[in-house]
Amino acid sequence: MALDAKIPEGELEQKWTNYKDHVNLVSPTNKRKLEVIVIGTGLAGASAAATLGELGYKVKAFCFQDSPRRAHSIAAQGGINAAKNYQNDGDSVFRLFYETVKGGDYRSREANVYRLAQVSGNIIDQCVAQGVPFAREYGGLLSNRSFGGTQVQRTFYAAGQTGQQLLLGAYSALERQVALGNVEMYSRHEMEDIVKIDGKARGIIARNLVTGKLERYFGHAVLICSGGYGNVFYLSTNAMGSNVTAAWKSHKKGAYFANPCFTQIHPTCIPVTSDHQSKLTLMSESLRNDGRIWVPKAKDDKRKATDIPQEERDYYLERRYPAFGNLVPRDVASRAAKERCDAGYGVGTTKMAVYLDFADAIKRYGKIEVSKRGLEDASEENIIRLGKEVITEKYGNLFEMYEKITGENPYDVPMRIYPAVHYTMGGLWVNYELMTTVPGLYCLGEANFSDHGANRLGASALMQGLADGYFVIPYTLGSYMAGEIRNSAIPTSHPAFEEAENAVKERIEKLMSIQGKESVESFHKRLGKIMWEKCGMARNEAGLLEAIDEIRLLKKEFWQNVKIPGEIYEMNPELDKAGRVADFIELGELICLDALNRRESCGGHFREESQTEEGEALRDDNHYSYVAAWEFTGDDEKLHKEELHFDVAKPSQRSYK
Amino acid sequence: MTWKQLFTSSIGKKFLMALTGFFLIIYLIVHAGINAMIFYNDNGETFNKAAYFMSRNFFMRFLEIGLFAVFILHIIQGLLLWKKNRAARSIGYQKQNYPAGIKWYSRYMGWLGTFLLLFLVMHLYHFWAGTKNEMYFNGPQVNLYYEMKDVFTNPLFFTLYMVGLASLLFHLLQGFQSAFQTFGINHRRWTPILKGIGIFYSVAICILFAMMPVSFMAGWLQ
Amino acid sequence: MEHYNMNLTLKVWKQKNATSKGKFETYEVTNISSEMSFLEMFDVLNERLIDEGKEPITFDHDCREGICGACSMYVDGRAHGPWQKNTVCQLHMRAYKDGDTIVVEPWRSGAFPVIKDLMVDRRAFDRIIEAGGFISVNTGNAVDANSLPVDRAKSEEAFNAAACIGCGACVAACPNGSAMLFVSAKVSQLALLPQGEPERHTRVLNMVTQMDKEGFGNCGNIYNCEAECPKGISVENIARMNREYLGASLSSDI
Repeated sequence: MALDAKIPEGELEQKWTNYKDHVNLVSPTNKRKLEVIVIGTGLAGASAAATLGELGYKVKAFCFQDSPRRAHSIAAQGGINAAKNYQNDGDSVFRLFYETVKGGDYRSREANVYRLAQVSGNIIDQCVAQGVPFAREYGGLLSNRSFGGTQVQRTFYAAGQTGQQLLLGAYSALERQVALGNVEMYSRHEMEDIVKIDGKARGIIARNLVTGKLERYFGHAVLICSGGYGNVFYLSTNAMGSNVTAAWKSHKKGAYFANPCFTQIHPTCIPVTSDHQSKLTLMSESLRNDGRIWVPKAKDDKRKATDIPQEERDYYLERRYPAFGNLVPRDVASRAAKERCDAGYGVGTTKMAVYLDFADAIKRYGKIEVSKRGLEDASEENIIRLGKEVITEKYGNLFEMYEKITGENPYDVPMRIYPAVHYTMGGLWVNYELMTTVPGLYCLGEANFSDHGANRLGASALMQGLADGYFVIPYTLGSYMAGEIRNSAIPTSHPAFEEAENAVKERIEKLMSIQGKESVESFHKRLGKIMWEKCGMARNEAGLLEAIDEIRLLKKEFWQNVKIPGEIYEMNPELDKAGRVADFIELGELICLDALNRRESCGGHFREESQTEEGEALRDDNHYSYVAAWEFTGDDEKLHKEELHFDVAKPSQRSYK
Repeated sequence: MTWKQLFTSSIGKKFLMALTGFFLIIYLIVHAGINAMIFYNDNGETFNKAAYFMSRNFFMRFLEIGLFAVFILHIIQGLLLWKKNRAARSIGYQKQNYPAGIKWYSRYMGWLGTFLLLFLVMHLYHFWAGTKNEMYFNGPQVNLYYEMKDVFTNPLFFTLYMVGLASLLFHLLQGFQSAFQTFGINHRRWTPILKGIGIFYSVAICILFAMMPVSFMAGWLQ
Repeated sequence: MEHYNMNLTLKVWKQKNATSKGKFETYEVTNISSEMSFLEMFDVLNERLIDEGKEPITFDHDCREGICGACSMYVDGRAHGPWQKNTVCQLHMRAYKDGDTIVVEPWRSGAFPVIKDLMVDRRAFDRIIEAGGFISVNTGNAVDANSLPVDRAKSEEAFNAAACIGCGACVAACPNGSAMLFVSAKVSQLALLPQGEPERHTRVLNMVTQMDKEGFGNCGNIYNCEAECPKGISVENIARMNREYLGASLSSDI
């Protein structure tokens, strides 16, 4: 099947307006008869379910957590971008668009990104109207900060809990629709499969996690809003329950999976301490605005950080990238940290960490405070005390979190950080309307591939999730639903539901029947280790080939030797996890396959074979300026290419030197 | 929101508790003020006059009905809330700890109130059922001052009164500031002052009451 | 920070499902690193139990960074364990020493029935939000975000209330099993903001009515909720809710 992205005609600026002006509409009376299933209640899912409910569709929303408010969007710290230009610093829709395409290393679709920039302002309006308490200036207007090294201040934030506040806004809109009867909420439910009838997505099989029973639900359309697949690496900043199952089942039912190898490694996370570590914790990117990253100049330096004099420290980002210094994009900062640690300059007990030091910032802010307050002859102690106060105001909650986890006080000793898997740019392939290759099956938010190319910029994940849910899908879904008004709901006794349910049931029974020797967790860890070592921050052909072999073996072993306690028809978290890990294993292979196919370095994907003499990433626009969309054929993955065209944002090699 | 809905809601019930509680707080000032007349140490002359007025004046007796009503409302409501709160956690914790700063007496308002209820029964028996009403019917030949002396110099009753007053102290310490919180008054600037007044009031009123049996027992009063 | 290893005795509530009777089970765990989180210690124990062919312990958890509000353990008589302003997922084992015995129970509240072991059903909170914890503004209705200036101090106070993670520790820790802190946090957030003004009265009345229906206890102004709240939500919010409620009900037409 040829991929048709369905990008509307016209000038880039006019595409979305044209689309909205001409898209088919569904009348209110007809909307009441049309049912939509939404999987996942994060920013994308909750905003979509709420908005579609408001429009009058009959919505069923599903989440595996105990409440829709727990979705992992809640953990986003830094902020959300919007081209409001409130700061009068030259921001515009075009600049946001351009920077996003460039930041994504020219692997995203121009039209989608432009639309994202266009609706970004509406998101802020909507969230403020919902009562999201964004940070404000003394005059009562919204405050902005610069984020991820942009030259304009366009990031809106609510302390270090922006994701939480935005999600709770969307959650409250969702609960309002639940109260009005427009949305039915199914928490502690996991989507186990898509039901297709006559080639269209017509419903799902869900597992009630409390009773273990399989349940059938019909929908004229199904929206996958289930987030990213970072947990394929076992250790990531994702929540423990974050999984790829809904997206993977969709893939196996015909939805192409695009650019799976585009995974983002975030440079500032708390390093791994031991084998028992279950997850990694992000320290907001905003810390790099004030913290300086360094390692000792000498290998295996045993001294305490504070005992190492300035001249024996290597501020390697400032050394390598004088123009951007500590504010280089995430992928660059991550690789640079890995390079230093691999070369033997790492710090901490595991030697897999670098310092993020606030001592200079504390002194600098302290001096500013001293002169502000007119304190002459302030002692060194006083300067530091005042400086610490400023830092507390800016990053207090992050410093507290760091101390809770590590037991070290980052005001006095530098933080130790290391990159960790954070976000996945890849996901289900969708066209301009966010529809996958299966008619009636849509994909929103992190779960789709569309807007971030090969690397996501800071503060744009929240923007995309909400853009898709609040402002894109309400229009684009109409285009499909207009053709559905004559199709009444299909009873779930239809043979297709029967068949899908039986397949799910068989798989679960198979999993439970193995009763081998190794726990699900152990398999997951092993998968993570393969992925991290061979398909992590740097990838090469030999490693990827090995990884594919190892994953195939792992898969075989999993299905022969996994041990799942408990029963099927009860609350059984181990069984839930087993299903997810089985899908991660299959996805892991596809990620490696995609990474192997893409013999270029771009964004978060660094192929060692494709780098400059100085070790910087080298993109290959002649051969790889396409979206790699993988089709599951039953026993293999087949590659389809969607060529990318850059009419407005002409590709250039990124340079932060 | 009908009146019934208001006063059967959780916040409405608390409002009623606070309202009646606050009324009782004011009543205690009157009560203590009149009783303090024993400290004239004039063989109860002034006190007996006041007591006579309080028991014979029709208007005062009418007000007393209101006072009883408030007491009963406070007690019944309190017991009902206690029951409801216990039902909200049918299975308790095997282990329970409280962080520093949580006042033990705030958790025992129900028990303290129950002690106070028992105390009240005794107190009414001593100074209302017999004495005050006797005065109402038989006039000033009843010497309430001597009856008071009788009770307070009895070691058993003396002890029970002290226990009762201790319960009152803690009940007031929690109740006074609680009432303001329930009325919705919690202000960073004013609440510390209110709390101070509450502590002063609770301690002062309880010491004043306690001085009565103590003074008799110690023989400071004739 | 010095690291050390420890052996511990755990007494954990085990309950097969909502209808069965539960009881405490005792487990010995060995070689626990002080660097582990409390939940990672449970992971280690669960791995061992699976290995021994026994049922692992079920508990709610998700983000493990203290923000999703899923984790919910009553540890040694304290909601979320001994550290203040902390969720149990962020509690680290350096809080304990070798040989300690730790009692772990689920949230105890009639409104939060146990699903299994340490996992409880907190949908009562969702239903309270459904009753009015929102501003009725459909997507697309909003005016420009800066057309409505909001007092910075009030906005910050609203944020402090909005920081609630809905974990239910307030209910669990309250000797009366009251949900006033949770409900008041949402009422406060929206009462402090001008956007919340139009529905101010109906919101507080409806949310409190729903709260009462769910069977939570009554606030006794003990303030253990505030002390145990991982986000330090202030009981000033409860006073504000009382004020809002009394104002709304006394000014109502019927």
